Formats: sequence, C-alpha cells, structure tokens
Amino acid sequence: MSEKKTNRRDFLFTATYAVGAVGVGAVVWPMIDQMNPDASVKALASTEVDVSSLNPGKTITVLWRGKPVFIRRRTQEEIAEAKSVKLEDLKDPQKDEDRAKDPEWLVMLGVCTHLGCVPLDQKGDYNGWFCPCHGSHYDTSGRIRKGPAPTNMEIPKYEFVNANTIKIG
Amino acid sequence: MKNFLRTLLLLIIFIGFPFKSYTAEKVEYLKTDWTFKGLFGKFDRGSLQRGYQVYTEVCSSCHSMKYLSYRNLAEKGGPEFTEAQAKAIAASFEVTDGPNADGEMFTRPGKLSDKFVKPYENVKAAQAANGGAYPPDMSVLVKARGGGVDYIYSLLQGYEDPPSGITLDDGVYYNKYMYGNKIKMPNQLSDGLVEYADGTEASIEQMSKDVTTFLMWSAEPHLESRHKMGFKAITYLIILTILVYFSMKRIWSRVETEV
Amino acid sequence: MSDHEYTPKSKFGKWFNDRLPLLSLASHLTDYPTPKNLNYWWTFGGILTFCLITQIVTGLVLAMHYIAHADMAFDSVEHIMRDVNYGWLIRYIHANGASMFFLAVYIHIFRSLFYGSYKSPREVIWIIGIIIYLLMMAAAFMGYVLPWGQMSFWGATVITNLFSAIPLVGEGIVTWLWGGYSVDNPTLTRFFTLHYLIPFLILGLVVLHIWALHVPGNNNPVGIDIQKPSKDTVPFHPYIVIKDGFALLMFSIVFAFFVFYTPNILGHADNYIEADPLVTPAHIVPEWYLLPFYAILRSVPDKLLGVVAMLSAIFILAALPWLDTSKIRSAVFRPLYRQFYWILVADVLILGYVGAMPAEGLYLLIARVATAYYFLHFLVILPVLGFKEKTLPIPLSITEPVLGGSSNFALAKNKKKFE
Repeated sequence: MSEKKTNRRDFLFTATYAVGAVGVGAVVWPMIDQMNPDASVKALASTEVDVSSLNPGKTITVLWRGKPVFIRRRTQEEIAEAKSVKLEDLKDPQKDEDRAKDPEWLVMLGVCTHLGCVPLDQKGDYNGWFCPCHGSHYDTSGRIRKGPAPTNMEIPKYEFVNANTIKIG
Repeated sequence: MKNFLRTLLLLIIFIGFPFKSYTAEKVEYLKTDWTFKGLFGKFDRGSLQRGYQVYTEVCSSCHSMKYLSYRNLAEKGGPEFTEAQAKAIAASFEVTDGPNADGEMFTRPGKLSDKFVKPYENVKAAQAANGGAYPPDMSVLVKARGGGVDYIYSLLQGYEDPPSGITLDDGVYYNKYMYGNKIKMPNQLSDGLVEYADGTEASIEQMSKDVTTFLMWSAEPHLESRHKMGFKAITYLIILTILVYFSMKRIWSRVETEV
Repeated sequence: MSDHEYTPKSKFGKWFNDRLPLLSLASHLTDYPTPKNLNYWWTFGGILTFCLITQIVTGLVLAMHYIAHADMAFDSVEHIMRDVNYGWLIRYIHANGASMFFLAVYIHIFRSLFYGSYKSPREVIWIIGIIIYLLMMAAAFMGYVLPWGQMSFWGATVITNLFSAIPLVGEGIVTWLWGGYSVDNPTLTRFFTLHYLIPFLILGLVVLHIWALHVPGNNNPVGIDIQKPSKDTVPFHPYIVIKDGFALLMFSIVFAFFVFYTPNILGHADNYIEADPLVTPAHIVPEWYLLPFYAILRSVPDKLLGVVAMLSAIFILAALPWLDTSKIRSAVFRPLYRQFYWILVADVLILGYVGAMPAEGLYLLIARVATAYYFLHFLVILPVLGFKEKTLPIPLSITEPVLGGSSNFALAKNKKKFE
C-alpha cells in the first residue's frame, strides 16, 4: 500500500470535481434552454388590426401571441367613470391615462391576472369585465376592483400605425 | 492500454470507410478553398451576401428555399445583413397572407418572420413549368448530395457539349459532374450575369463559389457556433480527462495492480 | 454480492432502510467486489449505460419538438435543426449517439467473446444482453425512419418487406405492420410510439443484466473464479468508478468529434431528401451497424432463406454458451481459439464492408464466403475446438502465477500481450 495520504482537501481531487461539475452544468443548460421559446416563435410578427369599423361602446377581441387582446372603443361615460376613480380605492393603483394613451381606445391583454381565464365583457359590478372563473371584477379601465386577482389587466405594447390601424407588439 | 487504443482506433477508422468509397462518385470534383472547413471554419460574409444575391437573381425563379426566413439573413453566423437591410429585403417580396376579416387572401410586403417566397405554389406547378422535372428545394441541398459543396460547385461549372455518340433529348443537357451526365437544368451562369453590390467580378467560378457557400450556410445555419462550441467542448474534455487520469492513478496507487 | 449486512448509521436511515432498502442497495453497489485485474475492455459496460441515458435524455427532448406525421416530420426535424434553442446540438448528439451506442456494444460483445464471459455461470447475463442488442437494433431502425427522408422511407419499406418472406401469412403481416398498403403515416406514428417505448424496455433489461451480473460477479481477463475476495478484488467505488469515468471521457472525446465536426458522416445524404414514394434512391444501405447482417441477407439468393439466415446469425449468439464446449473461459489460455477469434472479427468486418457495396460480382462472392464462415465458426469450429484444443495451464488465482516455470513464462508472455 502507498504511504501517500489522500484526504478530501487534496488539490487534485478538488480540481477534478470542480471541473467535472462545470461540465455537468454546461451539458444540462441546452436541455433546459430548448424548452424556451424558439427562434421562430420569438420572431413572430406583431399583429396589425383594422379598427375603422369599431363603434363606441364595442369591443373586438384579436389573437396575439396565442392570447386574446381586447380592443375597446370606450364611450364618454366609461371614460369619465374610469377617470373619476380615486387611486386610494384601487388594489393596484394606476391612472387611467397611463393605461389608455388615447382615452377613447383601451387595448389590453384579455387575460385575468388571477389564473389566466378570459374575463367577460360588460359584466360585473363596475361596468367593465368580470372573470367567471373565480369572480374578479374589473372596471372600465380594466383595473381590478374586487375579487382574487392581484393586479390590473396587462397593457401590451401597441401603437397606432395610422388612424384606422393598431399594431400590437 | 496501448493495445486497447490501437484496436479502438482501427475500429473507428473502419466505420467511416465504406461510406466514403460508396457515396463519392468516380469523377474528380473541382476543388476550391472553402473557408468553412476545418476546426475553426467560418463563413466568408461577403461570399454569403453575394451568394444570396446569386440565389435571388438566378436560382430563385425555379428553386424554393422553404426552410429559410428573411430574419435568418440578419442572424449571427449567416450573411449578417443588418436588421434594416434584412427588413428591406423582406419588404421587397410580395407575401400572401390571410384570410382577412372578409375571408379572403391578400398580399402584403414581406416581414422578417416570413419564410422565403416560393417560385411555385406546389410541386405539380413546378413540374408543369419545367418540363416534368422538379427543381429541388435548396434549403438542405448541400447535405442531400453525396459530394456536398464540391459537387454543387462543380456541377454549376460542369456544362459541356456532349461527347460524340451521346444524343440528348429536348430539354436535357450534358453535365460532366451530374450522375449519369444528363441534367434537366440548363446552364444558368455566364460571366458578368449578376452585378455584385461589392464590386467583385462576377465570373462563373466566383458565382458558383458564392452561391455554394450560401447553400452550405442554409443547410447548416449553426455551423459556426457548432465549430466554436466543439473546440471548447473537446478542450474541456481533454483537460478533465487528464485530471481524471491522475486522480485515477492516485486512487489506484493504494493497491498494487497497475491501472 | 457484498457479504456483510449493511446497517445505516442514523436512526431515520435505519427506519427508512427497514421499509425500503435503498441504502442497502447503494451500499451493495459501492462496495461490490470487482476483480482488480479488469482491463479497459471492461469499461464499456459503464460506457453503454452512459450511451443509453444520453439517448433517452436527448430523445425525450427531441420528442418535445418532433411531429410524427408524414406531412410534417421532415419539416419538424428542420425546425429542430434551425430554430429550437440548441436543437441542432441535441439532434446531432442523438443521431451520432446511436452510432456510438453500437460501437460500444460491439466492443462489449467482442470482449465477451474473447474472454468467454458468456460461459457458465453467466449464460443468463449473456442472453439478456442478446435481447438488449436485438431491441437496440429495433429502436435504431425505427428511429432512422422518423426524420422521414428518402432513406427512412425506403429503409422502412425494405425492412418491413422482409416479413413478406414468411409463407402464407407474410403479406398479411406486412400490411398489418404498415397499417395500409404501403409505408405511410400510420406506419410513421406507430414507429414513433415504439421508438419511444423500446429504450425503456432496454433500461429495464439493463437492470436485469446488472442484477444477473452481480450474482456470480464479473468475469476477468484470466477467466478464473475469484478465490480470495479480499485479495483479488477492489470495491467498485472508487476504483472502478474512476476507471470507468476515465474511459468514458476518452470515449466522449471521440463522440464529441463526430457531433461537432463530422455530424453527418455516419448518415446518408439521401436522408436529407424528403420521403418520396415514387422514387427509390440508387443505393439503399442501412446504417453501418446493421451492415454485416444486411450482407448475410443479400448473400442468400432465396428471399425466405435470406431472412432466415440473417435472423439465425443473431439468434445463434444466444446459443453460444452451449456451442462453445471448452471449459476454459479466457482466450488467453486458448491459443487456437485466439486465432479463430481474430478470424471471426475479420470476417464480421468484411461482412460489414461488402454490406455497403453493391450486391454483385466479386462483392457478392466475398459476402457468400464470409457468411458461410460466420456460421462455420459458431456451428462447427467452436464445438469441435472445445474437445481438440490443447489449452495452456491456468493460474490458481488472478493475482498469483501458475505453478511451474515453463507455464509461468507462457502466462507472463500472454498477459503482456492481452492486457
């Protein structure tokens, strides 16, 4: 038997373990990253929507990245109602101006922030949206007022390409 | 150990052999210096951009490249057009989209996410327009031919008058690198056929080389990252192997047996 | 088997181990006494386990992106190669991994042939191994169909048509295999299902293979039983673990070279052309690891007999423990067998070579001679050799030399040559 002492702090073994661990990490990462959105999904184009035929008080729903987007042309009453709400009354305080650049147009992701259901239009206690899954009430600005949802409905990135066309994404 | 390694080496060499001798036709292909070969091989960006130009101006009237998107033109490891250039290229094509709210298809300028526009609707249409021959999709063409890039490069320059004794039907041409020497694609390239944006002289040889480089990239768009990662991976493995070797020696020194 | 009873130190460990003896199992595996004279040919068991795990992991990942449909399979493979994050890497590992797996299994099998590892009391290990090998071939064949290229399609057509050689029911079986009147979408989806299933069957059989191995313990280059475990063996961990690890890393370097620098060399160019039921490629060749059997199939001019010959060439291996009549395991002490062994190796390599060549002229003649020799080796030479061969004296233990000067010398010489 060799006289050499081999303990755990031995530099050679430590180095071997360390280098080996780096390799395991490097091999595991591709196996995880492959589940992230792939290049073709990431490149998916923005959606352009023609809103010329949308009258005040109506909503259209379009599909963007596999999710519904509500585009509502709000009436003056709805706008007034949204603007009159005091920020202290809100669970997730946000001004209506910050949600609708042009107050007439509300563009938001039609996904309840609770667990991802699609809320119903013109339902609930606040004349906005109501999620049938677990009873979340949203107001005319899409802000959460009552129920289990933690935050307001999300506003996606969008812009008016011209007076009639909204580009989402 | 030595004996073991020697036998192993022989076995590995053996696997590669039958295919080499089988897939390669007996003709000698024209040779050129490909920048993408070798351990550190990379594409020549200029050549890729010129190759794309040749593809669009010459090949694309018959050959589709259905697996390429316009966004690929701006991706790393490819021709690396700027994003703005790639957008302009995409926008220069009319893409069919739809159906719109009225249920009808419509055309619009191309976007980065669109696939390359195809010259024909489907295989039948392509055959009808080309005397029954289907111009193959070129996305993976280089990998689909035994001779690879050398074959494509040679084929483009291999048109000749048929030797006496060989008669050709209408619409069939003689090419000394084609399998069986008979090809339905007429000679496409002639000196100065395209005007390269970068001022390179568009000789037949230059265009063949550029478009073949472009096809190599389209068949293996991740070739550069593959080469880079391969070098890192193998270097890493060698270092770890050496460390493990000495660790093994250390551990086995506790018993008398040689390892 | 470890002879000592393992008791966990902690109270919880003991409580758990009494209910599910996982800790005892781990202790058995780490302490498993392994002959200390194993050479590097013995590291391929570990390498094969690595290959199986690699194929299963990369295969699961590919299945997340692959679409088993005749219209979309080829496109989805290109999607993996182009768009999926690291998709090209994972697919190239999986495709080349199959070749690496077979390279390793052939070395493993030929190691067993050389050192007589299939002999009593290890017949069951050997037969499980042959079943694993058969399943590997099935999995590899079906996996090759999935990209739905020209070779996939025509390989599937040719191989499934082998069953039509069966008298009376053959045609019915082929139609049943296809789920139609030709290889088509139903064939693809069922092949995908089976390709997904088989590796897990293999995994189960590997557990049995190792279990059966741990009953008598490893064979070793000298081929004699362990006399004194304390003297002749080392615990599996860390001695064999580190040695297997070292060999595995060397193997990985070769593997990595294929994946990163010549990922398509072992494949066939025609498989990058989408399947076309109207056009057969000029030369249909299976993957390299099936070539020897393909050569045997083609060397017989009769359809049914060709299939029978090919299958017999595999199944004959299962009978090997009884065909080899010699009492001595290791070829180190069998000078004649050693020579026939190398002739067999050459014979199989030649079969592989002619399998890749057109079945005509000289190639066909060579294939026939090589096929005949293959069967001659197993059916005539091995049984006769056991009775006729004058073997060298075997040592008393794996660490002690034989008694007597001259044989001692022979052993020393042979040891040097074959270690």
